[in-house]
Amino acid sequence: MLSTKNLKINIILGQLYGLWLREFKVFLRERSRLIASTFTPLLWLFVIGSGLGSTNLQIGTDYQKFIFPGIVCMSVIFTSVFFGSYIIWDRKFDFLKSVMVAPSSRTTVFVGKTLGGMTTSLFQVAIILVIGMVLGINYDALSLLQIISIVLILSFGMTSLGLTFGSYIESLEGFQLIVSFVVFPLFFLSGALFPIDNLPPWLKFITLVDPATYSVDSLRNSILHLGTYSFELDLAILLLFTLFITLIGIFSFKRMKAV
Amino acid sequence: MIIIKNLVKKYGNFCALQGLSFEVKENEIFGLLGPNGAGKTTLIHILATLLKPTEGGAIVNGFDVLRDATKVRESIGVVFQAPSSDDMLTGYENLKVHALLYGIPRRLREKRISEVLKLVGLYERKNDQVKKYSGGMRRRLEIARGLLHQPKVFFLDEPTLGLDPQSRDTMWRYIKKIVKEEKVTIILTTHYMEEADMLCDRIAFISNGKIIALDSPSKLKQEIGGDIVKINFIDKIPSTIDFTYFDFVHRVEQNQKSVIIYMDEVNSNLHRLIKDLDGVQSIEYKKPTLNDVFLKFSGDSLSGDSPEGGFMQRYAQYKKS
Repeated sequence: MLSTKNLKINIILGQLYGLWLREFKVFLRERSRLIASTFTPLLWLFVIGSGLGSTNLQIGTDYQKFIFPGIVCMSVIFTSVFFGSYIIWDRKFDFLKSVMVAPSSRTTVFVGKTLGGMTTSLFQVAIILVIGMVLGINYDALSLLQIISIVLILSFGMTSLGLTFGSYIESLEGFQLIVSFVVFPLFFLSGALFPIDNLPPWLKFITLVDPATYSVDSLRNSILHLGTYSFELDLAILLLFTLFITLIGIFSFKRMKAV
Repeated sequence: MIIIKNLVKKYGNFCALQGLSFEVKENEIFGLLGPNGAGKTTLIHILATLLKPTEGGAIVNGFDVLRDATKVRESIGVVFQAPSSDDMLTGYENLKVHALLYGIPRRLREKRISEVLKLVGLYERKNDQVKKYSGGMRRRLEIARGLLHQPKVFFLDEPTLGLDPQSRDTMWRYIKKIVKEEKVTIILTTHYMEEADMLCDRIAFISNGKIIALDSPSKLKQEIGGDIVKINFIDKIPSTIDFTYFDFVHRVEQNQKSVIIYMDEVNSNLHRLIKDLDGVQSIEYKKPTLNDVFLKFSGDSLSGDSPEGGFMQRYAQYKKS
């Protein structure tokens, strides 16, 4: 009994490895995707960061440094949600069909995908962290550990979010809807670009329900020691959100039509 | 190996499959022929557990497609119409990913990957990215991938669609080789009559979600009534002649200046047929093809024009677009 159970786990681990391997190889080879998605955060950091930074804002630190945690989150959000919604392409090109006729469960396929999304995000963030050092940001062992944990959790959640939407949307045009109605609002309303302490009540409320807010705040805590809430609270809310969206994602994935 | 019972699939009001029932025997190549939209791909999707039937059911390799989907998936290999390999990966990597998905144990994995790559003649190119492969090579890689886990039943959905004649010949050679070396039951859909004729042990013609004929190619061709002889006359057909008088003639179609005669054993009977004929300009003779069979059956079952038009024309349009 135990050995068949072990065997089954081995097979599932192998399936996860296979799904991840595919995503990782594609990631390594599609350099244009990596370059494009690294370039946008840099644009924000250097153009908006330096531009607005020159106007003497009352935020307790240099504006460029202030938005740095937000830009890290932004790159994770964009990369992960896009990564998840790439499922639309997989369906267009029958790759997904070939996975669906294999004896792997939909949950396994879902988790395999999110693992791929996490890897991609981690690489992305590593590049941005190095650039942060150029801007004069210092990390210690604890803050690095915190950053990596937050990035992994956020990316897991955001990839799930992308997969959830991607499983309902059938046309490639629908992808644009995700960008406009999911990705940008998540980013803009997260307080990545402004402090959330003194906002008008309606805006404050929206930032409170945006899960990205807590990821930005947690990174601001660990990198700049400037958070609005405590790191523990941020982490807890982020974990809850990720768990919630993962369950919804797996449910959506299971009821998705294979053809 | 496959038992299909009263299979119905409806999309809203549209009935894609209207109660199909038939069986496929072990180790045969079974062909599904029919125009676009006839329901061939829908049928394959149901057998591959990707679609649920509206009514009826099917057993594949002893497992119910509805209740034992995982077992069915373990027993089948599928090559889809559209290419489904990842073209950023190499041929080898595509196979490795799928070997992992199918849980092929590590000690067998490399051996089996090499085996199927050699089987389809891609071993030398295994480390090239799939985007550098030609259309025929991609299709062959899909075949290798489908066979990786040694399935009992192998589905090939239009394996030669869009390939040039040479790649098509190559593909046929490989399909024949697979049956010999892998001992699988093959279900193959195709537009090409000659392909079905050449490869299949038995053929089912599907039109509008129904089977209109099912038998071996040679039996089907016999059904059309033997060989076909066309006699062209210089002026008009002599009115004194009645071809149906001969007992070896099955059917006669008359045009203005020519007669088409369906008859047995042209070689031994032709001289009797034309002994007393005057004014013959030329005689054409051909063996019936599955195309003739298909035209006959689809003509019987569809009154006038099929809603899709002749499927060869439609196919030509499809390829252009």
